[in-house]
Amino acid sequence: MLSKSHNNQRGSSMLKIIVPVIATVAAVASYSSAAIAQQTLAQVKERGSLNCQVGLPTPGFYGLDADGTWSGMDVDVCRAISAAIFDDPDQVQYQSVTSAVRFTSLANGESDVLSRTTTWTAVRDTQLGLDFTTVNFYDGQGFLVPNDSGITSARELDGATICVLTGTTTELNLADYFRSNGMEFTPVTNENVNVLVETYLGGGCDAYTNDKSGLAARRSAFPSPDEHTILPETISKEPLGPVVRHGDNNWGDVVRWVLFGQIEAEELGVTSENVEEMLESDNPSIKRLLGVEGNIGEGMGLDADFMVRVLKHVGNYGEVYERNVGANTPIGIPRDGSLNAQWTDGGILYAMPFR
Amino acid sequence: MAISESTAIRSQSRLSSFLNNETVRSVFYQIVTLVCVVGLFWYLVTNTIENMSVRGMSAGLDFLNVSAGFGISFTLIPYREGDSYFRVFQVGIANTLLVAVIGIVFATAIGLFMGLARMSSNWLIRTIARWYVEVLRNTPLLLQIIAWYFGVFTLLPRPRDSLDWGGLFFLNNRGAYFPAPVPEAGFGVTLAALAIAIGGAIGLRYWARKRQEATGKHFPAISVGLATIVLLPLLVFMLSGRPLTWDMPGLQGFNFTGGLNVPPALGALVIALSIYTSCFIAEIVRSGIQSVSGGQTEAARALGVKPSWTMRLIILPQALRVIIPPLISQYLNLTKNSSLAIAIGFPDLVSVWMNTSLNQSGRAIPIVAMTMAFYCIVSLTVSFAMNQYNKRILLKER
Repeated sequence: MLSKSHNNQRGSSMLKIIVPVIATVAAVASYSSAAIAQQTLAQVKERGSLNCQVGLPTPGFYGLDADGTWSGMDVDVCRAISAAIFDDPDQVQYQSVTSAVRFTSLANGESDVLSRTTTWTAVRDTQLGLDFTTVNFYDGQGFLVPNDSGITSARELDGATICVLTGTTTELNLADYFRSNGMEFTPVTNENVNVLVETYLGGGCDAYTNDKSGLAARRSAFPSPDEHTILPETISKEPLGPVVRHGDNNWGDVVRWVLFGQIEAEELGVTSENVEEMLESDNPSIKRLLGVEGNIGEGMGLDADFMVRVLKHVGNYGEVYERNVGANTPIGIPRDGSLNAQWTDGGILYAMPFR
Repeated sequence: MAISESTAIRSQSRLSSFLNNETVRSVFYQIVTLVCVVGLFWYLVTNTIENMSVRGMSAGLDFLNVSAGFGISFTLIPYREGDSYFRVFQVGIANTLLVAVIGIVFATAIGLFMGLARMSSNWLIRTIARWYVEVLRNTPLLLQIIAWYFGVFTLLPRPRDSLDWGGLFFLNNRGAYFPAPVPEAGFGVTLAALAIAIGGAIGLRYWARKRQEATGKHFPAISVGLATIVLLPLLVFMLSGRPLTWDMPGLQGFNFTGGLNVPPALGALVIALSIYTSCFIAEIVRSGIQSVSGGQTEAARALGVKPSWTMRLIILPQALRVIIPPLISQYLNLTKNSSLAIAIGFPDLVSVWMNTSLNQSGRAIPIVAMTMAFYCIVSLTVSFAMNQYNKRILLKER
């Protein structure tokens, strides 16, 4: 009896020491995380690399080839930012995380920028500790069906089984579309897009729905891409663009204006080939863009010639588009007549003035 | 002087005896520890909420009333796309409990059978059972679930070429379809008759056992009870004019409509879970039966007790004392392992709540907390219930 209570006292006095120590350590750790919210650019420079979060490899936007090299529209966003900061497009650590943790991983600081075909929505912008910067691809949701199903319109999909990636705006838009048109459907969901594609190819669902760019990208990797069609209906707006953490306005500015710079460069005719000559140009817009005049770069904590670096290493928006999803790539999304053409060509890509 | 000294000593010793009292010290330290632990949790919660608001992330459970907006492929309870997140939570719970209950029933049945088969005197049965247990116990459950889903269920033919039995049962890669019973008015009488029959059978067994303990005469209560349960409702059903129609599954457009549908994800999940857990249950059953000394079987045989009676009335009741505690763990394991449904897209709680809803609403911390609370409550409930049963069958020493 005596020894039991003695042990009790020893045990509880050990606990008495451990518990406050743990509490203090936790308090110290939390202080450091609150303070860094404003200093992403400084952190990135100190670390020497950019933490760029992309998704599961998808050709055209964040594709991974056999050598382990990432390429794609969204990858080029990160490469452009890296070029602007470090004059080297490859100082990037690519993080490929599941969609369940993508937003929390950005909000708590594990990634610096999220560039994975993420749709800009009100809830995401206001309630999750994130900020959207701008749009690098205007897209819409569509359906992919096999040719031998004989379906030519999304209105014929009543009662169908539809493969959809869970946790995306795609899922919500699908439900809304069918509900508002009085049609029924059965979803087949999974958080892994490769599983969904396999299910669709095996006949487990009648149609696969995603942003049309994603459908084109996936179809390009099918064994026989010509046996599948993307139905004509676009059932939603999907503005895709890079996302940063809420609370660091300067970092958001950096990401946004690097992208605007690339779009503006295309409008002004500056490409990766001629950027050196354009430094001699007399056009005041080009001089401001390339940092020959003005202090737009310094105002954000970058070097004055940050756009020269971006254009030299990555190119302007048109080059990025043609390289990754243009008409000559397997994905082949034609730019003419789409929303992703320049505003001067009938699209809605419109860079804010560089002055 | 001597008196005041001794008073001083006595009051000092009263204080020190109070401080040195075991109970007092132990209570004091326990209060301090409790305050520290509660303080730590309070600190963690408030710190998390504060950090979340600094980053602009909304905390709190107000999102539960917001419309979820996505479809769910399989729901036990009614669900429309416009229902709230709280409804989604309920759907997830219902699906998880369905998988858990069906899985537990099948796993116990298969496990019991396999456990007894491992003790069989027939070499072939014993070896097959042994290989079944060894192979399937040592393969990770996730692999088994994936193997069943991708290796069996998705390789079934498309709806147009379904396997069908007599035009009533269909099997294709969208699921298994059964005719669904549709009770009409008047079916309640049959259900009432069923309830009466079950109650009667239980009462009959109780009466028969009491009679056997008193007079030693055996009454075949189980067979009579089973017969009653089957025949009485059937008789009532016939007499009340057969108030039951069947909803037949029929191919319309893309899929079969009507009837009862078991989606391939549910089938793969339940089968994989049952088989995996049944291996563990088989070993538990075997260990329980082996724990009963062989002399019991020999004595029963010497007395001329039938082998089936020996197992049922002598061996198993004693073996159950050894079987029940690990069995509780296996039931809890099965319930928690059902969360692997996320790999094949079956909408159980983790898949539809902790994955889809978390992604759509972005409220990671409240959602994960609710999921953890659910599993904790279910585990504690099952554990409590089984421990009550365990207490009832424990050896009572006098």
